[in-house]
Amino acid sequence: MTATTEINKIISKENLVYGKTSVLLDNEMHYCPGCTHGVIHKVIAEVIDEMGIQDKTIGVSPVGCSVLAYNYIDIDWQQAAHGRAPALATATSRLMPGKYVFTYQGDGDLASIGCAEIIHACNRGENIVVFFVNNAIYGMTGGQMAPTTLEGQVTATTPYGRDCKVTGFPMKITEMIAMLPGTRFVTRQSAETPGAVRKLKKAAQKAFENTRENKGLSFIEIVGTCSSGWKLSPVKSNEWMKENMFAYYPLGTLKDE
Amino acid sequence: MTEEIIIAGFGGQGVLSMGKILAYSGIMQNQEVSWMPSYGPEMRGGTANVTVILSDDRISSPVLKKFDTAIILNQQSMDKFVDEVKPGGTLLYDPNGITHHPERKDINIYRIPGAALAAELGNPQTFNMIIMGGFLKVKPIVLLENVKKGLEKSLPERHHKLIPLNIEAIQKGSDSVETVHTI
Amino acid sequence: MGDVRLMKGNEVIAEAAIRCGCDGYFGYPITPQSEIMETLMIRRPQEETGMVVLQAESEVAAINMVYGGASCGKKVMTSSSSPGISLKAEGITYLAGAELPALIVNIVRGGPGLGTIQPAQSDYFQAVKGGGHGDYKLIVLAPASVQEMNDFVDLSFKLAFKYLNPAMILSDGVIGQMMEKVELSDFKPRWTAEEIKKISGSWATIGKTADRERNISTSLDLDSAKQEIFNHKLQAKYRAMEENEVRFEKIACDDAEYLFVAYGSSARICQKAVEQAREKGIKVGLLRPITLFPYPTKAIQEMLKDVKGILSVEMSAGQMVEDVRLAVNGKVPVEHFGRYGGIIPTPEEVVEALEQKILGK
Repeated sequence: MTATTEINKIISKENLVYGKTSVLLDNEMHYCPGCTHGVIHKVIAEVIDEMGIQDKTIGVSPVGCSVLAYNYIDIDWQQAAHGRAPALATATSRLMPGKYVFTYQGDGDLASIGCAEIIHACNRGENIVVFFVNNAIYGMTGGQMAPTTLEGQVTATTPYGRDCKVTGFPMKITEMIAMLPGTRFVTRQSAETPGAVRKLKKAAQKAFENTRENKGLSFIEIVGTCSSGWKLSPVKSNEWMKENMFAYYPLGTLKDE
Repeated sequence: MTEEIIIAGFGGQGVLSMGKILAYSGIMQNQEVSWMPSYGPEMRGGTANVTVILSDDRISSPVLKKFDTAIILNQQSMDKFVDEVKPGGTLLYDPNGITHHPERKDINIYRIPGAALAAELGNPQTFNMIIMGGFLKVKPIVLLENVKKGLEKSLPERHHKLIPLNIEAIQKGSDSVETVHTI
Repeated sequence: MGDVRLMKGNEVIAEAAIRCGCDGYFGYPITPQSEIMETLMIRRPQEETGMVVLQAESEVAAINMVYGGASCGKKVMTSSSSPGISLKAEGITYLAGAELPALIVNIVRGGPGLGTIQPAQSDYFQAVKGGGHGDYKLIVLAPASVQEMNDFVDLSFKLAFKYLNPAMILSDGVIGQMMEKVELSDFKPRWTAEEIKKISGSWATIGKTADRERNISTSLDLDSAKQEIFNHKLQAKYRAMEENEVRFEKIACDDAEYLFVAYGSSARICQKAVEQAREKGIKVGLLRPITLFPYPTKAIQEMLKDVKGILSVEMSAGQMVEDVRLAVNGKVPVEHFGRYGGIIPTPEEVVEALEQKILGK
């Protein structure tokens, strides 16, 4: 037996313990090394695959780094104007009952320019899922301050560190959203370890199950990294996130009704 | 036939609804109609007016400067519209509260004590139909049976029991109109 | 005769939407067009046809709900008045860029800024020249009667789906607030999921099935070469609209020596002005553009062999007059007459303007 046939035997289908879901496309991702988006995309694609809802799921992508999310997950997509994804999802969900509609938004998109749309979609209790990726910075436009940027954090528009007296405070929008009676499930997760990814996946499953049961709005914040924007290596980014982000944005479920 | 009418008075006198019933009556006899109110802050100032046009042909402008008939129900409206009646046209007014009576000699002028008659009927809401009765006496442009149909169309079902009272008011107005001046 | 009623223009928009099988209305209150959403709320079409009616948190949200609904191949619409349309401009250019069909109704009021709540036609440029960013066009229909408010709702959806392009009904408080006799359209059922799949399945985001690639509603292409090709495609579509969809009406034009050009409520006023001017012996006609984009440029050019001068009449400081001048290209004098800020011109004023500006009296 040659080495090649040995390897082929080892990697044969019946021996596979893990494979990439076909719902995640093979297109090369444009995300930077160390970015959290790729992992989150994978989790969403896996849940869609496992729940067998590929033909019933419509994603709404934002403006920001994940504007091109439609290149990576093999479902129908709508690409929204900056901040408006919850409005698109509102109409889509109401006009096509029985579909699974989710928005995928960053911190600038959701918490800054789209603050009104997300608050009101949550308040109306739209039967949708919201994935909110918080890395405390504008990635796409080159690392400017976001509403969730931490105090003292250096960004392109806070080159001397965020001064809260001038720019306001890091915004805990997930806590605000948990207060709204329209929301059913509000949780804050991360994706920096296999354990964290497993928890995130459970949350995503629960969220789509809520849609299936017509329960209303599920909101999942994922605290993530932006190595390019933070100007740290991927490893250092994770360390910085754990030390600083988790302290201000504690992980855990805020609401589950 | 085309009749261009302005009805003007205080808000609450039933100016707009009178115009609406007149327009509906026109529809009932297969005419083209338009009903153009003043709206917005102008209405909140206490005056209300509506331009109503009934025509056998397609109606051109729903907004007019000059009118075949002016139905005037307060002094402010008299001041505003007395000179806008076309020569040879008709002005019908309720003298209640009028201090400067119209003096034009080139138009037909009629008077109807609508407010007083409505008090007699014991129902101030019949006021506009009394005025309508007076108008139809001097300008019989719609048949009474079509007014009745117009009332049925324009009033919600729950108010249909009031139609006989409205017809009575129209009759009363028709009997009570006084000629001030004709050319 | 069908269902004949006396109705306000605004109410008719709502009724016509229900009757033409509209799937969703998303709006935000603003004078003078709030009756559209109010009428829909009273009518409860959710129970009758399943049409969704939702009061959004803002004009911005409303137009983006329209974008979401349009992406699903649904017949969706919004309505507003001038300041609200400015807010919607972003969503409108995204709709155009993503090639989505939708209906936007603008019951124009005087501006700029908060302006007035009285009628105006000062949003012509915004409607026909863009309004939002980028090279795009809307199909713009200008009703001049309550009957046309009824008819143009269905027509707008037909054109919007034919060209996969947003359509706008550009009206004003005169047509919106006045009542006229109207023969309402017959009821058409809403499209079923199967019909939508057949009509719009090649692009609508209705759920990706194994037999096709995913559908994506987007106006983004970071590759400039591809974006230029896409722009060519849009321009070809607009040329096709100019070829096939120009609509206008001529009144008293056969022997006309002079011409009014006016749309919407101004056209109604000019119709009266034609009557009055002809009583004075002035042979004037009226050309009423019904589509403001595509504009009846050729129809105006064909009139030039007979007419000696043109008065463009608008409730604005002079916007459409530029398109008249482009059509005329200096061959005869073209002047503008307008009242604005919410003032409606009288037919007498229009005749006077014709005499002064065109006849030189």
